[in-house]
Amino acid sequence: MMRAMTQVAVPQNQTSGKPAVVAQTFVAVVKRECETCVMAMPVLRQVEQQAERLGGKLEIHVQDDPGFAAGFSDARDDSELATSYRYNIDTVPTLIRLVDGREDKRVVGWRREEWQAITGMASLGEGLPAFRPGCGSITMDPGMPARLKVKYGNTGLASRRIEVPALSDPVEACYERGWSDGLPVVPPTEERVLEMLDGTSRSPREVIGTVPPNLAECTVEKVAINAVMAGCRPEYMPVVLTAIEAALMPGFGLHGVLATTNACTPVVMVNGPIARAIGMNSKGNVFGQGNRANAAIGRTLQLVVRNVGGGRPGEIDRSVFGSPAKYSFCFAEDEEDPRWESYAVSLGYSPKQSTVTVFPGDGITQTIDHISRSPEDLCRSYAPCIRAIYHPGHIIGVQAFLAIGGEHQNVFYDAGWSKTRVKEELLRLLMIPVREVVPGRSGLTGLTEEEKANPDNLVPKFKNGTFNIIRAGGKAGKYSAIISSIGGRGSIEPVTKEIK
Amino acid sequence: MPENILLDPTAETSPVIQPRLARPSSIAGKTIGLFDIAKMRGDEFLDRLDELLTTRGHTVKRYRKKHFTHLAPIELKQQIKSECDLVVEGLAD
Repeated sequence: MMRAMTQVAVPQNQTSGKPAVVAQTFVAVVKRECETCVMAMPVLRQVEQQAERLGGKLEIHVQDDPGFAAGFSDARDDSELATSYRYNIDTVPTLIRLVDGREDKRVVGWRREEWQAITGMASLGEGLPAFRPGCGSITMDPGMPARLKVKYGNTGLASRRIEVPALSDPVEACYERGWSDGLPVVPPTEERVLEMLDGTSRSPREVIGTVPPNLAECTVEKVAINAVMAGCRPEYMPVVLTAIEAALMPGFGLHGVLATTNACTPVVMVNGPIARAIGMNSKGNVFGQGNRANAAIGRTLQLVVRNVGGGRPGEIDRSVFGSPAKYSFCFAEDEEDPRWESYAVSLGYSPKQSTVTVFPGDGITQTIDHISRSPEDLCRSYAPCIRAIYHPGHIIGVQAFLAIGGEHQNVFYDAGWSKTRVKEELLRLLMIPVREVVPGRSGLTGLTEEEKANPDNLVPKFKNGTFNIIRAGGKAGKYSAIISSIGGRGSIEPVTKEIK
Repeated sequence: MPENILLDPTAETSPVIQPRLARPSSIAGKTIGLFDIAKMRGDEFLDRLDELLTTRGHTVKRYRKKHFTHLAPIELKQQIKSECDLVVEGLAD
């Protein structure tokens, strides 16, 4: 928006070599609320008088009280901030010198030497301090940049504008248009979307992928609109964009997740420093309500699937039950205790990198164990609960994340067990005799003839599914939680992407 | 902040103006509600419609709100929606 400043050669007097006196036009922008402006007003009066003597003028634009410039020849009310916006004013007072109607030079705040130089008035401001900082322009007040861009500028937003009739409620209009997941959405005005886009340096026009089921192109702008509706803050945008990009990776199988008769939904897990920076929850009530970042980031992904992709219940989404997790299921992994590495670190990321992992999940099933004090006992307690996912004999197309709660973590830490050790122990306990495997494609159909040959052969619960351990939840309460899902290697798998 | 201009969050494959529900190709077998908004003599118009429809073998249900200046109560609208396939509303004078 800043216009390029042009350097103009000051005409020289042919005899003396000193700068010739030329007519000058100045534009000053001030506000009464600024004490530096109050101090500068007598100075500006002198500038005006000098300019007029030379056949030029001073326009003085006041952002708050037009009476502040009473007595000046060309005092203008800029309470609508049109001039301030056009000249990209961020500080008052600002004094701009125009040449041929175009900005030549400007000074910001009060610096006597610079004011003397720009006006050519060698003794301007004698008796005043050499320097005094200016104040923030009203154009920089919270919310103002976006508001003024919508009012005066070219927003660059490409999405279709929908006009809501004057007497209608914009929240109801969003419902009527089918944009909501059932809960009220924040109406996506141009100003709100512009502010949301301030949360990312990526171009609004950038296409981040195509969203199933309709395979519609999704731009950063469309993400921002849905992020506004979901209740995001601009600083969530890097996480939101990465979560959507991860969900659109072929390995995740988003179409399968959204269209299935199963209850599963994308689960978004954040690792790394950004989780704390934006205030995500990894502790008490981690999978529940109450945290804005957790709720809004997960909800944005759901709204993008609905609004951009066209995935809606009763249409392509054929889920028999669904679950509350389909409003939003997003959290940060608990990385506080250094005795175990985080999920992202176990994949090879550095603790300084922030990542999003998207995996499918049905919701949560808790395990309760108030008794076990040894890691072996605790694993023996978990195993039947994990085995029961979908059916004790269901071994194909089933996978899970086990979220170990705080008190259960201590059992493993105190015994010196690593996460890998726990996983090995559980997978050993989750070997199932072939005789107990269900028939059909959830079980026996997925076994080789050799495996089926002996009913006492043991086959893994997660024959083709992934099983991962993470940490989350409050510190008090001997619980852990299983997040189960359909899918497996080569179909619907967890995916991880770095947030940049 | 003006709230009356919203940016479309969708892929913009459907029109901005929402289309009306399609008219049925036939009223045979449909339950037709006649909703009197309590304007003067609206009931005479609806009585005549009732007669014409009934003699042709259609199922008719009658409804009336208390006064034309009041919005129809939610319960009445819900009742009409649950009991009827089509509705004729007796408007104006």
